[in-house]
Amino acid sequence: MKQRQILDSKQIDLAITRLCYQLIEVHNDFSDSVILGIQPRGILLAHRIHKKISGIIGKKNIRCGDLDITFYRDDFREKELIPSSTQIDFDVEKKNVILIDDVLYTGRTVRAALDAMLALGRPRDVELLALIDRRLSRNVPIQAKYIGKTIDSIASEKVVVAWKESDGKDSVILLTEK
Amino acid sequence: MSKLSTSHLLGIKDLTHSDIELIFKTADNFKDIINRPIKKVPSLRDITIANLFFESSTRTRISFELAEKRLSADVINFSSSGSSVKKGETLIDTVNNILAMKVDLIVMRHPAPGAAHFLSKNVNAKIVNAGDGTHEHPTQALLDAYSIRQKLGNVKGKNIVIVGDILHSRVALSNIYCLKKLGAEVMVCGPTTLIPKFIHTMGVKVENNLRKALEWCDVANMLRIQLERQDIKYFPSIREYSMQFGLNRHILDSLKKEITVMHPGPINRGVEITSDVADSKQSIILEQVQNGVAVRMAVLYLLAGRHEEN
Repeated sequence: MKQRQILDSKQIDLAITRLCYQLIEVHNDFSDSVILGIQPRGILLAHRIHKKISGIIGKKNIRCGDLDITFYRDDFREKELIPSSTQIDFDVEKKNVILIDDVLYTGRTVRAALDAMLALGRPRDVELLALIDRRLSRNVPIQAKYIGKTIDSIASEKVVVAWKESDGKDSVILLTEK
Repeated sequence: MSKLSTSHLLGIKDLTHSDIELIFKTADNFKDIINRPIKKVPSLRDITIANLFFESSTRTRISFELAEKRLSADVINFSSSGSSVKKGETLIDTVNNILAMKVDLIVMRHPAPGAAHFLSKNVNAKIVNAGDGTHEHPTQALLDAYSIRQKLGNVKGKNIVIVGDILHSRVALSNIYCLKKLGAEVMVCGPTTLIPKFIHTMGVKVENNLRKALEWCDVANMLRIQLERQDIKYFPSIREYSMQFGLNRHILDSLKKEITVMHPGPINRGVEITSDVADSKQSIILEQVQNGVAVRMAVLYLLAGRHEEN
């Protein structure tokens, strides 16, 4: 396994800051917008973005939830999946939803997330934010509106996003076989 | 651990402690889902499940059917009355004919102990035992333990007494296995004639005095007298049984602590439990029924999702 760092902690912070300003440009004070992090790896990014936006616009009550998609996946018989919890204490009905995940790869996770979210209500608008977009590997026609960094990678490679909260430090690493 | 150690659910005896914990953890997620406005998830939309009931049932059957439908599985229901079983078809033939119509999973209740085990060895489908005679009723034991966990926070270290017809009860046997595996202390209470001879080999306490049993326990699980399985008389009269082993307000109020009361249903009101107890705040009978759907969803989800390594 060969490792190559794509983003270090400073670059991640810069990317997140840029994404936050892009979101604020579109959503103003977030009074009609909600943030949904996709379980399990998207929620750390979502929480971080939520915290940063709250700091920038000086508003405490921006809504942010965790969305578990395990039971909506189409591959649960091929992989072992451990369900996480869905924690959304607000209504998504008629809201502008920002779905957040760390890596956009095949797009299947996002497809499942759309299903999971629709079971909770009918949002007015849904946008997707991903820290890393592996743009050459899509299986379904799904595109992110906000992207931290776009990378070209092949299927045998793996992108690992590590977070300070769960893995000790922030970094994005590309793993290549051999 | 994210996978069951078994590919059928035949009895609690075959499950490990971590299997049970996994089922409970998954059931927590489903409990969340069935309290939402949209109670369905698409997980099992490619699975067909046959519910085979060779013995009558209300709760278990409805509970399984709801669990299956909330997982988006296709469901067919079969009951032995009005079927070709009456014309002399064997169990294996009946099931293989149903499987020929591409069914993936079988939920079966049968009056013969071991029927589910027998089927699992002879047909090619995943089997969930929904009660086999006087042997096991695993999903009931799981939902009972799950309800205790929900009410008291934990099962480990709790004292649980099972009162009534232990001899004929599959609920009692499955409950004993399940509660012991989760680290609870178990006692059985009833007339000596209705307590199996070798029960002490399972590591449970035996008590013939209901008051003493209730003073010891945190939870009392009251069982029905299974008259349909009793070919001889085990006690003089229902009235006498009810006087000695029936749970009523008077005896509950005379205890120093408040215990939790459970019943797997169907209740014979006025025999093993009086109405004022069954409908009281101490009783979690309806919670048990509600948890039953979530626990059965977890079992079906985990079994259907279990991929075989080959």
